[in-house]
Amino acid sequence: MDLTHAPEVAAFRAEARAWLAAHVPDSPLPSLETAEGFAAHRAWEARLHADRWSAVSWPAEYGGRGVDIERWLVFEEEYWAAGAPGRVSQNGISLLAPTLFDHGSAEQRARVLPPMASGEVIWAQAWSEPESGSDLASLRSRAVRTGGGWLLSGQKTWSSRAAFADRAFGIFRTDPQAPKPHQGLTYLMFDLRAPGVTVRPIGRLDGKPAFAELFLDEVFVPDADVIGEPGQGWRIAMSTTGNERGLTLRSPGRFLAAAQRLRALWRAEGDPADTAARDRVADAVVGARAYELFTWAAASRFAAGERIGAESSLNKVFWSEYDIALHETALDLLGPDAELAEGAWAEPWVFSLAGPIYAGTNEIQRDIIAERLLGLPKGRR
Amino acid sequence: MRFLPTGEQSDFARTLRGLLDASQVPAAVRAWGAGDHGPGRALWSRLAGTGLCALAADEAHGDLGGLGPLPVELALGFVELGRAGVPGPVVETAAAAVLLSELARLGEEGPAKRFLPGLVAGEALATLTLPGGGPYALDADAAAYCFTVSAAGGLRLAGGGEGGPLRSTDPARRLSRPAPDGEPLATGPRVLAAARTALDWARLLTAAQCLGVGEALLASTVRYVKQRTQFGTPIGGFQAVKHRLADTLLALEFARPLVWAAALGLTPWEVAAAKLAAGEAAYAAAMTALQLHGAVGYTEELDLSLWLRKARPLRDAWGSPSACREAVLGELKG
Repeated sequence: MDLTHAPEVAAFRAEARAWLAAHVPDSPLPSLETAEGFAAHRAWEARLHADRWSAVSWPAEYGGRGVDIERWLVFEEEYWAAGAPGRVSQNGISLLAPTLFDHGSAEQRARVLPPMASGEVIWAQAWSEPESGSDLASLRSRAVRTGGGWLLSGQKTWSSRAAFADRAFGIFRTDPQAPKPHQGLTYLMFDLRAPGVTVRPIGRLDGKPAFAELFLDEVFVPDADVIGEPGQGWRIAMSTTGNERGLTLRSPGRFLAAAQRLRALWRAEGDPADTAARDRVADAVVGARAYELFTWAAASRFAAGERIGAESSLNKVFWSEYDIALHETALDLLGPDAELAEGAWAEPWVFSLAGPIYAGTNEIQRDIIAERLLGLPKGRR
Repeated sequence: MRFLPTGEQSDFARTLRGLLDASQVPAAVRAWGAGDHGPGRALWSRLAGTGLCALAADEAHGDLGGLGPLPVELALGFVELGRAGVPGPVVETAAAAVLLSELARLGEEGPAKRFLPGLVAGEALATLTLPGGGPYALDADAAAYCFTVSAAGGLRLAGGGEGGPLRSTDPARRLSRPAPDGEPLATGPRVLAAARTALDWARLLTAAQCLGVGEALLASTVRYVKQRTQFGTPIGGFQAVKHRLADTLLALEFARPLVWAAALGLTPWEVAAAKLAAGEAAYAAAMTALQLHGAVGYTEELDLSLWLRKARPLRDAWGSPSACREAVLGELKG
């Protein structure tokens, strides 16, 4: 058992730290859920990409550095510790790119990944539909065969980043006659500015258009933008939750940095006699370390060739509930100033509230934990 | 970086598990609670035969039987002790070995020469109190030696408990206040330094034991809810039941790496973090086990009670959650 990094990993950390110290903006960028902030975050992606820091785990030919998961986690620690901006390209980098590596063609990788790495093309996800949330496989948006491609029709919703993004990816029903709902689905990429696409931004709780509804009316998608075989969309979409990226949708570095900021806030603002507040700060510190160590153990298993499957559900429930508790503690320490919308903890708190809902609700995750890790019988949801 | 037990470390834990599975531990726990320490002592002697207690003692004093210090191996072993529900002052015996061994390393060899070989060989159980720990010595009536370290740094062999042992909410535990008299063994800053190290080990090994206790409670409860049928279906199919068990697993799985890291580094704040998380996870597992077993879980005749009653005292022993939270923030700077 060993928790130390090899010298070359330490050197990589030092290189990342030095670059970030020289380049991270002095003051925070405007919220990425606004037009102005989106543009600023896109420019930041280009800055990262110029020195090959935007997608370090990708091969060099696509703009990455080909680093292993250990170094990726180290990079993330440094990134968040440096107070660097949120990643507007996260949907593409953490969801679509792994799918392309596993199931896409060489042509698709060469065409899609470089502009994703540079921020030139920002991706939105298009999974949910008005009648298909947790029961995603019941989705009804369809893709109908046409000459040289497919015509998409239907409605997608809760599409993160879609208010300002360029392109989207999701699954569509291509064979309505398939015997089971998981069959007959196809994984597609499409242009959010193509004819037939209407994007209606949706204000989240604080009013910012963090997601959108997509209305699709015979939107043409060329065959080149189908990922994998038609009809295999469900399997392809689910496979990325079972690899190491399923464990790292939220990297530990993010929470280590947040816990560090919380501890600093407590030292500055906390009442030493308030042991209840002290206990919650301690829980945040311990939780961040637990999440970090859990991830190192999982990364070690992954590096040893083991598959990470339903364990990623443990991970998702943990970080999403941890994140809310951490921000609530910060707000309590701020007292009356907690309510100020421009406060440093306000928008991150609003953001944290969505965690237990997206990427598979925590109710679904707990079902997965109970059924696949504990072997309990499947029941009615 | 390979944050997983090595093959050897896993093999050692598996060996202990096999030995314990074949040892009728619940009967030994019930006998222990009834004042018959024979089966528990025999069990401890078999465990020591695997080298378990020797892992706590420094091999630099090879003539005294030490094989360590190997805190990772010992912690993995104590997870198994917790899982099996082993009774007695097992953490305390290991912590006493650390105290004596550490004192020898610091130059005070007398007490180690006198007591360590018997502890390492499993011939004797020990108990102890330390500055920063609680006032009671566990199972002094069953231990051959009761060591006590005063806040001023005096180590002595305490006489029997004043007024006899007190009963715990767990019948398999008895608590004594060390008598104020007894034979002085050593004194001074070296004693205090060794006692600080021993306290961290006691806290670490209690955390490891909690993890095992919690895992045993979860496993029993998962088995039960698959068998128990109500409304014509196993209750384990109900979402309210599943989600409670999912949360129980979650807490244990996130405590485990904290215990590993605490064993690797033995830094006080990490040990406190591990104890906090593992103690709370084990107690939560106990409450889940009790609720999901229903009324039969509330009985002493079901062996589940042996683990249920252990979870709360272990959560608080060698560092309550509140004390651990204070230690986490007190030590970390910035």
